[in-house]
Amino acid sequence: MTAETAPLPDLKPPSSTIGPIGWLRRNLFNSIPNTILTLLALWFLWQIVPALYDWLFVRSTVEAADSRVCRDAGGLCIAFLMEKHRLILFGLYPFEQHWRPLAAMCLFLALILATCNRRFWKPWLWLCWAMGLPAVGVLMWGGVLGLRYVGTEQWGGLPLTVFLAAFGMVFAFPLSILLALGRRSKMPAIQALCIGYIELIRGVPLISVLFMASVMFPLFLPTGVSIDKLLRTQVAFILFAAAYLAEVVRGGLQAIPRGQYEAADSLGLGYWQKTGLIVLPQALKLVIPPLVNVFIGIFKDTSLVVIIGLFDLMNAAKQALIDPNWRGLAVDVYVAVSVVYFVFCYGMSKYSQALEADFNKSHR
Amino acid sequence: MNSSTPYIVEIRNVNKWYGEFHVLKNINMQVRKGERIVVCGPSGSGKSTLIRCINRLEEHQAGDIVVDGIRLTSDLKGVEAIRREVGMVFQHFNLFPHLTVMENLTLAPLWVRGIPKKQAEETAMHFLERVRIPEQAQKYPGQLSGGQQQRVAIARSLCMNPKIMLFDEPTSALDPEMIKEVLDVMVSLAEEGMTMLCVTHEMGFARTVANRVVFMDKGEIVEENEPEAFFHNPRSGRTKLFLSQILKH
Amino acid sequence: MAVETMAREPSRSLSWNDPWVRGIVYQVVVAGAVAALGWYLVNNTLDNLQRAKIASGFSFLDRESGFAIGESLIEYSPASSYGRAFAVGLLNTLRVAVIGIVLSTVLGTAIGIARLSSNWLIAKLSSLYVEVIRNVPLLLQLFFWYALITENMPGPRQAANPLPGVYISNRGFKFPLMAEHWIWDWCWVAVGVGTISALWLFSWARERQNQTGKAFPLLWPSLGLILGLPLLAWLFGGAPTKVVVPELRGFNFQGGGSLTPEFAALLIGLTMYTAGFIAEIVRAGILAVPKGQWEAAGALGLKRGPVLRLIVLPQALRVIVPPMTSQYLNITKNSSLAVAIGYPDVVSIANTTMNQTGQAIEGIALIMAVYLTISLLISAFMNWYNKRVALVER
Repeated sequence: MTAETAPLPDLKPPSSTIGPIGWLRRNLFNSIPNTILTLLALWFLWQIVPALYDWLFVRSTVEAADSRVCRDAGGLCIAFLMEKHRLILFGLYPFEQHWRPLAAMCLFLALILATCNRRFWKPWLWLCWAMGLPAVGVLMWGGVLGLRYVGTEQWGGLPLTVFLAAFGMVFAFPLSILLALGRRSKMPAIQALCIGYIELIRGVPLISVLFMASVMFPLFLPTGVSIDKLLRTQVAFILFAAAYLAEVVRGGLQAIPRGQYEAADSLGLGYWQKTGLIVLPQALKLVIPPLVNVFIGIFKDTSLVVIIGLFDLMNAAKQALIDPNWRGLAVDVYVAVSVVYFVFCYGMSKYSQALEADFNKSHR
Repeated sequence: MNSSTPYIVEIRNVNKWYGEFHVLKNINMQVRKGERIVVCGPSGSGKSTLIRCINRLEEHQAGDIVVDGIRLTSDLKGVEAIRREVGMVFQHFNLFPHLTVMENLTLAPLWVRGIPKKQAEETAMHFLERVRIPEQAQKYPGQLSGGQQQRVAIARSLCMNPKIMLFDEPTSALDPEMIKEVLDVMVSLAEEGMTMLCVTHEMGFARTVANRVVFMDKGEIVEENEPEAFFHNPRSGRTKLFLSQILKH
Repeated sequence: MAVETMAREPSRSLSWNDPWVRGIVYQVVVAGAVAALGWYLVNNTLDNLQRAKIASGFSFLDRESGFAIGESLIEYSPASSYGRAFAVGLLNTLRVAVIGIVLSTVLGTAIGIARLSSNWLIAKLSSLYVEVIRNVPLLLQLFFWYALITENMPGPRQAANPLPGVYISNRGFKFPLMAEHWIWDWCWVAVGVGTISALWLFSWARERQNQTGKAFPLLWPSLGLILGLPLLAWLFGGAPTKVVVPELRGFNFQGGGSLTPEFAALLIGLTMYTAGFIAEIVRAGILAVPKGQWEAAGALGLKRGPVLRLIVLPQALRVIVPPMTSQYLNITKNSSLAVAIGYPDVVSIANTTMNQTGQAIEGIALIMAVYLTISLLISAFMNWYNKRVALVER
């Protein structure tokens, strides 16, 4: 009795809705306001893109003795960047020794990159760090193995920026875990201390913390004792980052369901066992993406050491501008330095997004 | 209702694509005033898309849809006019979580129909009694159970005094013990002569309430029949297969 | 008898295994350590101050500052006190922060919505903006804008003149202002009165709608009140139209209004940077409203405007407002970077004061007090708001 009908065939959609024309209609010209917006955006691009192209490629100057040639040409002064790139990248580090900060930074970045990759999360990674960090130290300071001693007051440029940010983060991290646990503690005195610290630091600008490190901190020490300025600044970054990280870690702790605590309690685990074995591993995994975002913030914030006179990437770039032969090229240098910062920060933010996507995938 | 009752929904040769994917293939369907139609079919068959086209939550790319005498085009005025007369109940209720139950119910009468607040609240109370939860009027949706939320959602549509009600899998997101309370409300609506289009897997509901059952598969209407004939004497092999799967337990 | 024993509290033995005892001991130890550290530092500091013969206390605030400040909202001269200099700095901070907050909110909201646009080009352009702005340090952006204005703009004699009376040069932006007239004060009063009566009109329209069901068109009447009342006041004052146009005299412009390069660079930098973050917040807020809410509201026959106003915005705002307030706090804190380009904000003034008096502790304490006060005020507002809008769940 059944009259079997064959399924209707799939048809192609009308040609006006697919292909490049369909795409254009759907995405750029699907209504009158949208068409106007598209035209405005095109006009804007028409104003910007050719001018930018001109500035970067057509009017840029590769060979010039001083800034006048560049300014007359009216484009990017590549000659200047080429002459000053070592100063910008390595600051006041002795010129002929520049390979040392370069090697140290590369080694350090390689270690960090390896650590970012989950496949390498093995015990031998600790070994790599244990060998790598002294090597970085030896390269930077020297004084052994026939390397000339270079004091921290001569360090500068990109390596300084990377070290300030990375060490700030690494040392702030354990501190921030303690702060976050303290803030959630049931002991009122400890809770009050942690809340006070976190809110105090988060409530004031970084620059005031840096001022504290550079101007006020020497007063705190007993007479005759002095601490290296770079170290003081590094400590300031650690203390500053810890407060922000603590809030991120706390977010992770709050996201752990009560059931996990109850299960740990019912197994008879003590507070530190419960925290270390059950709660923290889950919470920290949860907050890796926002942690990376805090790190990006810290990386950008290292540029503030300009104000207290350390020679990081930013300040080294400003030093390059002092040369009377190369006046009026600030924009060129700032654009070049922006590119460096952008590459680092953008790379890290992409990494954090990838982690987040990975995380969402494995937890659904 | 007989053959002289006018059509309130006419769907003629409707086709729709998501990108390259052909979701609705040459759909033809007419609904008369007072008719109750159950649309069923395997998931991904396009049944939800079809009823969402009727109040233009989805756009169709070819063919005609005429609702209550208005042809659906990209013209916003027409779409708004149709949406005023067509109520819709969603799978996930879609109550407004920041408004109380009462505010959920009076929102559209106040802002769309321009009814004074007092009168809108009286109407709302009336329909809350109809769905048997008048005591929840001042609560927020988050405080209600799923079944209660869905009944509020039905009442919210009824407050607009619609000519047609669309139900998009209204019981699929509910726990088994809550399905009945929602179906009861739907049955009583049907008994009062509301024109209804329901996408649902509740075959018991289809059997007792529907005038017609429409079976869709792979974007097309495979079979359309009165419930008795549809369940006992399906014409198509695809319908048989579907029925055997859904009625097995 | 048995009931009595059961109801008794379990006895508390003073043993190390009692978590309560442990808690007390831990807390005493930690508090003691912090106090000892504090005492040690204070002791050292007092010692050092004495040795270096640096005065302490805030009495220096009454002394004559002796330095000039580039721009000030209140009367100030080098003969004024340090205290007054701080007031100038604080006002300058608040000025750039408040204007920055308003502008970055507008720009950020626009860009956040643009990122969600169905227009591919607009969406891509705005996400390009967000990516670039967020991944370059703010300080660098400030230096960039400052250099762009002071180095790459023409001098006052060749100033760019995009609109009549508006001059852009390496000395900043100059623009025409209305000449002094007593009615202008009253016009501002009229703006205030107009705003208040517009608010009253809103509630009146609400009430009327509840009574009769008829919606009252609000846009034009409220615009009329806010703009019309000042216009009336202006007419009443004899409709003064005298405009002071900046004029080139010697090496710079005289008359009219002006934005210094420092202020302009700081404002542009802060606004554009913060807008990048606000755009992401707005985008996330709108995305946080499920699609079903739009559909349900649309299916009830609500028009797009009311759907946005009544359904989407109230829900998006509870996601948006907390991170938004922390951005406002950030813009205020970031305005402290002014010190790097020479805008006289509170940090910059404190810095000068510290250099002149050597009283670093007091200077930093003042800076911290200012920012802590602002952030406590903002957090208090946020807690109040969060309580107000929290969704009621079971």
